[in-house]
Amino acid sequence: MSLWVDKYRPSTLSQLDYHQDVSKRLEALASSGDFPHLLVYGPSGAGKKTRVLVLLRELFGAGVEKMKIDVRTFQLNSRKLEFNVVSSPYHLEITPSDLGNNDRVVIQDLLKEVAQTEQVDFSGKHRFKVVVINEAESLSRDAQAALRRTMEKYSKNIRLVLISNTTSNIIAPIRSRTLLIRIASPHVDDIVGVLDTLCTKQQVSIADDRTEVLQRIALQSKRNLRRALLLVEALAMQNETLTKSTPMIELDWESVIKRLARDIYKDRTVSRISQCRTVCYELISHCIPPRIILKTLAFELLHLVQHTKQQEAIIETAAVFDERLSLGTKSIYHLEGFIAKSMVVIETL
Amino acid sequence: MSAGFFGKRQDVSKSLEQTDRQLPWVEKYRPKNLDEVSAQDHAVTVLKKTLESANLPHMLFYGPPGTGKTSTILALTKELYGPHLSKSRVLELNASDERGISIVREKVKNFARLTVSNPSKEDREKYPCPPYKIIILDEADSMTSDAQSALRRTMETYSGVTRFCLICNYITRIIDPLASRCSKFRFRPLDNQDALERLRHIQEQENVSIEDGVLEEVLKIANGDLRKAITLLQSAARLHSTLATAVDEEGDVDATDTADRVTIDSIREIAGSVPKNVLKSLLDAAESKQFQKIFNSVEDAVMEGWSAVEIVNQLHDEIILNDSFTSEQKNKFSRALFETDARLTNGTDEHIQLLNLVTKISEAV
Ligand SMILES: Nc1ncnc2c1ncn2[C@@H]1O[C@H](COP(=O)(O)OP(=O)(O)OP(=O)(O)O)[C@@H](O)[C@H]1O
Ligand SMILES: [Mg+2]
Repeated sequence: MSLWVDKYRPSTLSQLDYHQDVSKRLEALASSGDFPHLLVYGPSGAGKKTRVLVLLRELFGAGVEKMKIDVRTFQLNSRKLEFNVVSSPYHLEITPSDLGNNDRVVIQDLLKEVAQTEQVDFSGKHRFKVVVINEAESLSRDAQAALRRTMEKYSKNIRLVLISNTTSNIIAPIRSRTLLIRIASPHVDDIVGVLDTLCTKQQVSIADDRTEVLQRIALQSKRNLRRALLLVEALAMQNETLTKSTPMIELDWESVIKRLARDIYKDRTVSRISQCRTVCYELISHCIPPRIILKTLAFELLHLVQHTKQQEAIIETAAVFDERLSLGTKSIYHLEGFIAKSMVVIETL
Repeated sequence: MSAGFFGKRQDVSKSLEQTDRQLPWVEKYRPKNLDEVSAQDHAVTVLKKTLESANLPHMLFYGPPGTGKTSTILALTKELYGPHLSKSRVLELNASDERGISIVREKVKNFARLTVSNPSKEDREKYPCPPYKIIILDEADSMTSDAQSALRRTMETYSGVTRFCLICNYITRIIDPLASRCSKFRFRPLDNQDALERLRHIQEQENVSIEDGVLEEVLKIANGDLRKAITLLQSAARLHSTLATAVDEEGDVDATDTADRVTIDSIREIAGSVPKNVLKSLLDAAESKQFQKIFNSVEDAVMEGWSAVEIVNQLHDEIILNDSFTSEQKNKFSRALFETDARLTNGTDEHIQLLNLVTKISEAV
């Protein structure tokens, strides 16, 4: 049994519920043969991937849905590197963060292989294969540089679709080689609309003030559709009927960080710092990215403190340690540094 | 020239036409000879002389993306050797090739010291075929300085039979001893009449109908990056041509006349420029000095997916050129903008950094 998020993933552009203008633009590109490389960007949960998959379907027909996952091994000096490649006869999908620092060689190897094999299916509408690169923001500089000439030389056989949370991490020459497509997070109303249709299909029982109930769920999900869908499914399983007062389910790690923020705010001592460190370690070991920890914690603190001076100082501190997270390697130091510095801010300002 | 080009195309078999149609315009209109390279007069004039004198220095091309560096060297080698001889005379290595120190020592050196092959009689009649080889090191920014150092000797030792052409975006990434051995050619952002002509040429060839001023706007948004300009034009053309057919099917009459014209607005939209009202709401929030307001406006901008770098750039234009601020204030703004830009380049979180930026601006207004 699949999750509702997957079960109701739209498969044609016209089925997409919101951002009709973007859909129209993608449709226009798909209908012409000469489409450029794309850089699709926007916040997480905005529906970038869904839109790209739909675009592929539009380009190549239902055949792209015949996907398989291969485990490829790559011989690097004496080491063997294993990673997953999702592919259909028309496209290929990779996630560079699986590859760590070796992303450059692996991607190059893969792209050259694709470039040299012509599309087998001549009944297909297009001569090129599409290579989708997920989480392109985590591509190393080297890997990005290596894409430059490849994107030009093999443009007969390959089109790249880069999916990224930001364009800031993408080097200028790559931005120059792609058409930028922005996908905004859906608005609360958009999400309510999607939830509404879904609840009808799944026959979820909702109390009279349907819109209000759904709005609450949408708001809780912070304009992230994936989160909203997961949340509504979880709520529907736990409750007979959804009402305005149905208790919301908070994500574990979020409650942990909220508590952490309150502790820091109230108790600004050395012994507290070491307790906080344990909490941070725990969060990291549960695969919560350090940057998300920093951001969530900083925003919680911003809501707790009262004075503008303190708020200004906290966001400044967060900005500094955010950069250190990027430059350094031991994230725990920087999280701890942020916590200590925030305590000083609250204590002294 | 362009008429013949078009006439011939129609005779070509269908399949070829299709492949051609599938090429992105940037590749389809990559300059095929030096004459087609626009707006880089200095480089083109000097290089054309070398076509006559058959002498060439080591060269270093530098400049921002999409200004014609790669195209120029490819066009030059084609004109010097023709398609056939190029294969044995030109070695192109770019960032996608392994270019560590060992490769420089072996592959590059081996190629550099080969004696030059003899051109066939045909080639000699058609092309200058000068007696040296060319090694192109494209995208040299990404070569380590060790690998660059290893090049020094090779460049000198074999300069009798081999010329080097290094290409980069930032000249500072090339170590001094190498740079000083080369004639330098700076490739400027293309924002002049010449670039406009090139864009117009493409627009005419592809039959794109446009509103007045669209090409100028495209160039402006692309910031002198002709590749970006061409891609924008292509996407706009596609969007409008399908919109027009959609209208057609519904039985609307003169759809071809106005509906499919590319407009300035749609260019801006496709380019992802941050709209004025988003910038205004950020600045208004900063001026209100209320933290909650700042927080909300930044959150909105981030949720809408506007690129933080783009916001920083546009905010810069907006406030630095605004005369109602004092120099002292502008100093503070610049500092905040510059700091944010640098941090974003280091892969930081857009939301945190933007919030910090707007807070900083708010402190200074
Ligand atoms: N000066 C120019 N004249 C004509 N066309 C140009 C010029 N500059 C760029 N173009 C167009 O842009 C495309 C890319 O140009 P080119 O590959 O030469 O850029 P580049 O300077 O090498 O950029 P990068 O630094 O990103 O490698 C060309 O295929 C051509 O369509
Ligand atoms: Mg280039």
